[in-house]
Amino acid sequence: MHRRLGAKMVNFGGWDMPVEYPKSGGLVAEHKAVRGRVGVFDVSHMGDIRIHTNLNASGALATVQHLGMNDASKLAVGQAHYSAMLYPQGTFVDDVIVHRLGEDDYLFVINAGTREKDINWVRQNTAGFDSAVEDLSDAYTQLAIQGPKAVDVLQKLTDANLAAIKNYWFTHGMVCGLRNTLIARTGYTGEDGFEIYVPSDVATSEMVWNKVLEAGQEYGIAPCGLGARNTLRLESKMALYGHEISDTINVWEAGLDRYCKMEKGDFIGRAALERAKAAGLTRTLVGLEMLDRGIARDEYCCCDEAGTKIGMVTSGSPSPTLGKNIALAYVPPARSAIGTVIYVEIRGQKYRAQVVPTPFYKRPKK
Amino acid sequence: MGYPNDRRYTKDHEWLVLKGDVATVGITDYAQHELGDVVFVELPKTGAQVAAGKSFGTVESVKAVSEIYAPASGEVVEVNAGLHDTPEKINTDPHGDAWLIRIKMSNPADANSLMDAAAYEAYISEKAKEAAH
Repeated sequence: MHRRLGAKMVNFGGWDMPVEYPKSGGLVAEHKAVRGRVGVFDVSHMGDIRIHTNLNASGALATVQHLGMNDASKLAVGQAHYSAMLYPQGTFVDDVIVHRLGEDDYLFVINAGTREKDINWVRQNTAGFDSAVEDLSDAYTQLAIQGPKAVDVLQKLTDANLAAIKNYWFTHGMVCGLRNTLIARTGYTGEDGFEIYVPSDVATSEMVWNKVLEAGQEYGIAPCGLGARNTLRLESKMALYGHEISDTINVWEAGLDRYCKMEKGDFIGRAALERAKAAGLTRTLVGLEMLDRGIARDEYCCCDEAGTKIGMVTSGSPSPTLGKNIALAYVPPARSAIGTVIYVEIRGQKYRAQVVPTPFYKRPKK
Repeated sequence: MGYPNDRRYTKDHEWLVLKGDVATVGITDYAQHELGDVVFVELPKTGAQVAAGKSFGTVESVKAVSEIYAPASGEVVEVNAGLHDTPEKINTDPHGDAWLIRIKMSNPADANSLMDAAAYEAYISEKAKEAAH
């Protein structure tokens, strides 16, 4: 489907995914379409795990509370939140969006690259719980329609009243003639937008994809690839597994404190996080803006003036919105204050960068 | 975009046009297309020595860093300084205005060992087929 649109493809987590669509004008044009108008992403590589009740009426909630760091008891039916599954060391198995589908029924949307690991993790750690775990990853195609005009585009294709869905809430409705489609006001771009979950067979996925493009034509919609998805999420400081979060980075280091509810009761990783908090941070995630002409990239070293290594870039790229070269990096807390000058080593040379406030980009309030 | 007949091409997607013993060097339309939006170029200084097949600089797009390999050995006699401020020209005019450097070739006859336009086009269409499986 994407090749017919002339997409450049890349292998990502075992999936052949579009990086950019030259016909959209390429990565920067796609990025700007999402910030200014609307773009659509095929993110069917994302996985889905449903955890629902078995016999005991609150079995699923107890399971979700055990697996995730956020407090799922605060979710209303129809609401979603950002959370993460942790190892006992307080580091990341994966980050997830938890959707409360029903009274005792939850959906975890997980990353592609970690899918096998995640489902195994969930199964291993819920054996003693009174809940049923289903891997629905192959059943759904996820499409993300993102940008200030996303609501207008999707409203043409659904009977659900989208204006009534708040950020990080969802509903079920008819989309492109498909009944009971999950429509969530979520995304990974820092813009308003929706993620919809449709049956994964090729004919249905293509039909919906084409209808979205058709409906979006009057708004200048662009099909977007993983390249723009990455620059959009980076500007908005949204973590990417294997970069800002991983099995060696803990919640406090990643600065995801507000999604981690220590007071909710025990969960996997909690004890280690308590110890880590008492011990204090040795590194913390900061935003960098390059002062010298150079582009910090993933895994480049950060160093001090003397050239001693002090940290590492986790994601770095030119920012299409800001016209600057930006990066996220782990550095010692003593070097994390806004305005601190840090050096990034690029092809053997030191380039000056400065710690700046994050997110780099915040969408204008309506 | 067509591939001009006045020059030679490498498997790493650079081109050179020879005038006397001075070769003007750039990257091909195929290369700029693969890279996407070019935002940065790093080139050697005039007087630097470059060696055939060895990296002499980098071109960066939003998504990737790519080394550029010298199609021939010799001394850099001119650098396209304008690209410093307008690297995006590499996307719009890779075979013309957006040349990268000029090399005084140590052995101008070496250019004959590179591909001509027809051979290069055959080479990239083969690559495109591989990419589509």
